[in-house]
Amino acid sequence: MALELIKGNIAIAEAAMRAGLISYFGYPITPQTELLEHLSARMPELGRAFVQAESELGAINMVYGAACTGLRTMTSSSSPGVSLMQEGLSYISGTELPVVIVDVVRGGPGLGNIAPSQADYTQLVHGGGHGEYHLIVLAPASVQEAVDLTGMAFDIAEKYRMVVCLLLDGSLGQMMEPVELPEFKPVRTTPPAWAVGSPDSKERVVMTSINIDPPTQERFNVKMMTRWQEVEKNEVRYKGYYLEDAEYVVVGFGTAGRIALSAVRAAREQGLKIGLLRPISLSPFPTKAVDELADRVKGFLVVEMSNGQMLDDITSIVARRVPVEFYGRMGGMVPYPDEIASAINDLVQGEHDVDVDARGKWLAKMRELVGTGE
Amino acid sequence: MQAEIIISGFGGQGTLYAGQVLAYAAMDEGKHVTWIPSYGPEMRGGTANCTVVISDDEIGAPTALHPTAVIAMNLPSLDKYEPMIKPGGYLVVNEDMVNRPAVRDDIHVLMVPANKIAQEIGNERAANMVLLGTLEGNMHLLKEGALERALEDHTAARLKKFITMNIEALHRGAEYLAA
Repeated sequence: MALELIKGNIAIAEAAMRAGLISYFGYPITPQTELLEHLSARMPELGRAFVQAESELGAINMVYGAACTGLRTMTSSSSPGVSLMQEGLSYISGTELPVVIVDVVRGGPGLGNIAPSQADYTQLVHGGGHGEYHLIVLAPASVQEAVDLTGMAFDIAEKYRMVVCLLLDGSLGQMMEPVELPEFKPVRTTPPAWAVGSPDSKERVVMTSINIDPPTQERFNVKMMTRWQEVEKNEVRYKGYYLEDAEYVVVGFGTAGRIALSAVRAAREQGLKIGLLRPISLSPFPTKAVDELADRVKGFLVVEMSNGQMLDDITSIVARRVPVEFYGRMGGMVPYPDEIASAINDLVQGEHDVDVDARGKWLAKMRELVGTGE
Repeated sequence: MQAEIIISGFGGQGTLYAGQVLAYAAMDEGKHVTWIPSYGPEMRGGTANCTVVISDDEIGAPTALHPTAVIAMNLPSLDKYEPMIKPGGYLVVNEDMVNRPAVRDDIHVLMVPANKIAQEIGNERAANMVLLGTLEGNMHLLKEGALERALEDHTAARLKKFITMNIEALHRGAEYLAA
């Protein structure tokens, strides 16, 4: 099949339609707007629904309603917009509905800026909304991976009746790469048995997240946590590079992960035995892969476009077996491979202290490098 | 093989498009390729630039602190990127838009009167293709004729009338060879 050269934002929009997206609800925000813009043109052409909501709050609640039919629906936004959607994500999770959302993360906190960032890791992976629930979070590092994961996101969302979130940043949204788009899947228009409007359901179907009776709510939560165990068993995804003989391992996802690949290759050229672990599913996290590496490598370097949100997860898994160091850029700044290469050298030549305060060390370096603006 | 090329100029000079033509040509040859624009505040005034990475292998970073080559379409781009080019790399300059020669002597420098050439062939806006022709004529990143084929295969229908002129621009640019 012929390759096409397209931007990440547009590739995700195309992939969603090809996966059978029947309704989209969203509100424009840079650096995600092209995704919505592309759908605004293409969805009506295909006879499907595109609605620009009055706000992100409107959009996520429209998605909530549409998802009650069990048909393929999604929204997309960027960090501040996703913050607004958190209440809806908790309600949708509490109603066991399959939904796909895309967060093209931007520099923050607050209104921040439109530059690439990964600082929504915590809000998505560890829950930005209230109550105990999990999102499945997938982090593509290339346009092709974004296409593949978008199609898969709808399947997984339906399989577990959960929210699946694609987490990427504006540089992937804006970047063009050759991609092979999948064929159009037939669009499901009849609700499944559990959903509102299903011809198979004999009784009235009530979809809600309200559980006024605590024992009933607790039973529901036990069911959902049990389902999450299944997700953890089946849906962990990551990619390893040069791990076989690695003495040190860099861990990074998405854009930071692919930039780290350049640094890892440069280190290999110097004869350093460095590998790269690039988590693709951030939730469920590739815990076992990190755990096994911690038994055989001499140290880790975590690289993120944030203040070290995944770092805390890695530190907890490694549990002081070997040192875990950190390098990150914040606020919409993107590291060059050279910066990561330098952090790799620091790790290899460092003191190998398992009690290292990685974030503190890094922050001291950042105060020197960029200052505090005071 | 991996090459990183930055194409930089004022908005409207066609830097992003020149990068896309190069990226299409690389894709059609089965290479791994990324095209990434600068986006953000610098889009409003200042420089508009894109980075194209062409590789035989999976591409890591889509940007480069020390690119293999730079096409500088104006003075701010020359000032910004000349110091960053890898030793032994290439610098293609739109001579009509700068007031100084390049200063590096450890890279290949090509000063090309791209606006003048583009005017001669009928449209000053083809200066980007002149400079792209110079870049490829010196670096041979792709097979002979790859850029021409990319223009023929990937130009939008409403712009097809410009293909002949753009190909001529590529050829005129390719006449400038590094000493």
